[in-house]
Amino acid sequence: MPPDAATAIAAREIVIEVLRYRPETNREPVRQAYRVPFTDDMSVLQGLQYIKDHLDGTLSFRWSCRMAICGSCGMMIGGAPRLACMTVVREYYPGPFTVEPLAHFPIERDLVVTVGGFVKKIESIYPYLIPKTQRRLDEGEYLQTPLQLARYETFSDCINCMLCYAACPQFGENPDFIGPGAMALLQRYNGDSRDGAQTKRMELVHTDNGAWSCTAVGYCSEVCPKQVDPANAVNQNKTRSALDYFLRFLGRPAGSGSAASGEVEP
Amino acid sequence: MSRARPYLRPAEPLWWAHPPYLAYTLREATGLAVAGYAVVLLAGLIGLASGESAYAAWLNFLKSPWSLALHLLFLTGMIAHVWTWFQIMPKTMPRLVIGRRVLPQRWITAAGLAVAMASLIIVLLVAVWTQP
Amino acid sequence: MKRSVAPLFWLPFGAGGMLSALIGPALVLITGLMAPTGTGLAPGFMSFARASAFARHPLGKLILFGVIALFLWHGAERIYLTLRDMRAAGKLALMWVCYGTAGALTFVTAAALVIIGF
Repeated sequence: MPPDAATAIAAREIVIEVLRYRPETNREPVRQAYRVPFTDDMSVLQGLQYIKDHLDGTLSFRWSCRMAICGSCGMMIGGAPRLACMTVVREYYPGPFTVEPLAHFPIERDLVVTVGGFVKKIESIYPYLIPKTQRRLDEGEYLQTPLQLARYETFSDCINCMLCYAACPQFGENPDFIGPGAMALLQRYNGDSRDGAQTKRMELVHTDNGAWSCTAVGYCSEVCPKQVDPANAVNQNKTRSALDYFLRFLGRPAGSGSAASGEVEP
Repeated sequence: MSRARPYLRPAEPLWWAHPPYLAYTLREATGLAVAGYAVVLLAGLIGLASGESAYAAWLNFLKSPWSLALHLLFLTGMIAHVWTWFQIMPKTMPRLVIGRRVLPQRWITAAGLAVAMASLIIVLLVAVWTQP
Repeated sequence: MKRSVAPLFWLPFGAGGMLSALIGPALVLITGLMAPTGTGLAPGFMSFARASAFARHPLGKLILFGVIALFLWHGAERIYLTLRDMRAAGKLALMWVCYGTAGALTFVTAAALVIIGF
């Protein structure tokens, strides 16, 4: 057998310490250790599935696509916000390593956290195109150049995995902070040349729970599995909000100028 | 659903002292160097406004080993500030597009550091040229 | 929706940060290390006569005020946010202490420059 196949098949073992919480039995979360055989190509998600299938069927966790696009399997792995499907077990060998629910969120059960608050924030930023001028069907599509797309495209890559919220210490301190993910989505629309509702969204940005809860820690962008760069979304809106704070008296509406869409004036 | 009892883990009050946040806290601490140096300058300005002897006392202080050590600390803080400032600066700007490509943030950082380097040299040269 | 008051302090923080990033190290070198030790600069570089002449000149006043005030406000914002991170005290108390100190020292700077005269 070729050497790599032999290594892949020969199972090593590692101890995974999972933070358990069953509201009907536990007063508070408690660590439970599982000895899991693993191969070099195995993800932490597969490790959890092994636990559920062979060791402890009561373990609850969210997962779906197992390929880092659905955003379901976000959790604290080895103390850092990671997607379980995108993290390999061998990274933590010889172990043991911890798997805990996403930080800063209430735990529903085991590795499942309450996402309602996050969903409400996403909904609150008008997450849909509100065109500057409506086009009739016979007028055809809203046109956009690749250059105009490039200005906001990364912010449209967000998979709502909430790793950035687990990373953000200011969200940890202030759960009302709109947060990096919602701000990235906000900027996805504010930066879209087809959109005309910048002023409406900027009202949320100007508040203490908008951009101004952020202190530019930057860890959110580091943990993002899709390189969305939410730190950029929040902090460029600080600039916009600060300029608007002083310039609004000159009758220039917030965010509707070129600064909002990131156009560089020649 | 009736047995749901979401558990909110208590926040860690010392989060700012541990990795990965320690680097951020140290970056913010460079503000002490900037403000501290301004206070020293202000002391000199007050001395200047108070008269020759008060100002001479400030100049004497600047010659002391304590002051030299302090300014070495200030210098370290300032340099750390320069470095970290241009790392974070691109985040406060919208994505710049050149032609059809988005300008990488590290280019903005590099440009900023280059300008800071040039600025340092220019100020030093001005000082040397205007010396008595 | 209630606007935050944070931009009031964030812009001076940014201006002070940019200014100190560009000329901070050079100034510390000149006034704190080179001039006092006479290294690379003549001993009388910061003499009373030269300093007074500089501070009397309108441009000199502008530079002195700009540097001291902006550096102070930059530091004040960072110190405020860090103390808030550390939960050193309530938000309002910290704002009064940090911004209040910066404000008071800015006033002192202006007063000193006025006293120095032209």
